[in-house]
Amino acid sequence: MRRLLVANRGEIARRVIRSARKLGIETVAIHSQADAGLAHVAEADFALEIGPAPARESYLDMDRVLAAASRSGADAVHPGYGFLSENAEFAARVAAAGLTWIGPAPETIRAMGDKARARTLAQAAGVPVVPGSQVVGAGSDLAGEAARVGFPLLVKAAAGGGGIGMRRVDGPEQLEQVVAATQSMAGKAFGDGSVFLERFVPKARHVEIQVFGFGEAGAIHLYERDCSLQRRFQKVIEESPAPLLPAETRARMAAAAVALCRHTGYRGAGTVEFIVDAESFEFFFLEMNTRIQVEHPVTEMVTGLDLVEMQLRLARGDLVPMAQEQVTVRGHAIECRLYAEMPERNFLPSPGPLTRFRPPAEAEGLRIDSGYREGDAVTPHYDPMIAKLIVHGRDRAEACDRAAAALVGFEIEGLRSNRGFLIACLSNPDFRRGDIYTGFIDDKRAGLLEPA
Amino acid sequence: MTIIDIRTEITGNIWKIEAKPGDRLDEGDAIMILESMKMEIPVSAPEPGTLREILFEEGATVTEGTVVARLEA
Repeated sequence: MRRLLVANRGEIARRVIRSARKLGIETVAIHSQADAGLAHVAEADFALEIGPAPARESYLDMDRVLAAASRSGADAVHPGYGFLSENAEFAARVAAAGLTWIGPAPETIRAMGDKARARTLAQAAGVPVVPGSQVVGAGSDLAGEAARVGFPLLVKAAAGGGGIGMRRVDGPEQLEQVVAATQSMAGKAFGDGSVFLERFVPKARHVEIQVFGFGEAGAIHLYERDCSLQRRFQKVIEESPAPLLPAETRARMAAAAVALCRHTGYRGAGTVEFIVDAESFEFFFLEMNTRIQVEHPVTEMVTGLDLVEMQLRLARGDLVPMAQEQVTVRGHAIECRLYAEMPERNFLPSPGPLTRFRPPAEAEGLRIDSGYREGDAVTPHYDPMIAKLIVHGRDRAEACDRAAAALVGFEIEGLRSNRGFLIACLSNPDFRRGDIYTGFIDDKRAGLLEPA
Repeated sequence: MTIIDIRTEITGNIWKIEAKPGDRLDEGDAIMILESMKMEIPVSAPEPGTLREILFEEGATVTEGTVVARLEA
């Protein structure tokens, strides 16, 4: 591997370039017309414009990305996250062009990208999935099915989706009536009255296990990240270790994630996402992401490992498979995602120029990953993330304090950001106690928006 | 009879125009859909009326607060 094309933009492109350079690999940046002035373009050894601003005509256009790889003489492709990173067809085309793909095999990407297949694979590997029933009807043992699924549960229309055609049942006494009502409603709304039961987790946490697979040589985990703080299903604050998670739960989740990797012969970095009941600590498989994750620096901070370097070396063939005992966790790390958005207006996006952009100076225990520099514009074409601020502390309280202090010193002008909102989250008493769950931001939004 | 300026709430690109001059719109009917930072945000009629003018074409970039259409209420 001598020349690596980074099929991405912004902070993750810079991040990949950094590790490639460390390994003596030349880098090729690609960029849309809108991104010509960004840092990743300047920092790479070579840069090619691949198309107009809209992602579907540039970063998502396989033909153009592959043409750039060929034109630049690259012999490997790192997809970053988002865009084409979980596109099995793209991975296969990269390999077919004789280039090294930095990621798992296309068949693995395809299997994990299909919800039903991923669930089947997880079950086969002994990983717990959200309990559910087949379609229930006149002939079913409703009480028996419900007992097996567990309460509270949702009665869901098979033809429904997006929260439509769903009713919650808290105990056996309402079951029959709700099933009948949902069947009738689904029949009218979707022309199909079939319903099934699925366990509902009222207060859920999102906890994921970072894994690294060596193919035939097995797999290890790099412990967990708690990503419960979300708005519009997008993560806002991530941390490791997960606060208040019992050691025994953590160990069982990690073992399940590693089992799934072994079962699929997984190669490279991946993340197994779980939904965790915040009260009972029962956990269920959600999905597996077959790429590097936005929040990977949290894991790097507590383990001291360089995940992108590991990805590149595995693909290059000079990574010695690690043993689980070689991975240890030190202290606590938190990542805050700075977004160009308006928290007070339901987190609507706020693109604009960064007339002033002065991150706090990087220091021991403080890392800033950003694709932007002062004077750049955060355009409406791509995601709203301006920067990731990652801090390390001896414990969670110290990490929270350091993150808040670093955010206070982070100067951003020219657009609206969630900087103040992040500081309010880090200072919230419930957050400080570790009482976090996926509904946290929705439930406490009013309090988090008050000026500090 | 009043003419209402319809302004955008956010900066973004006009992805789709959903109505044309002369259309009778109800409150909340989408006039166009903006695309910004991977979100789709509709620009809707603030009250019932007749759409008089659309000032931009699909693909245009508009900044927050721009008048993009006029409605006769």
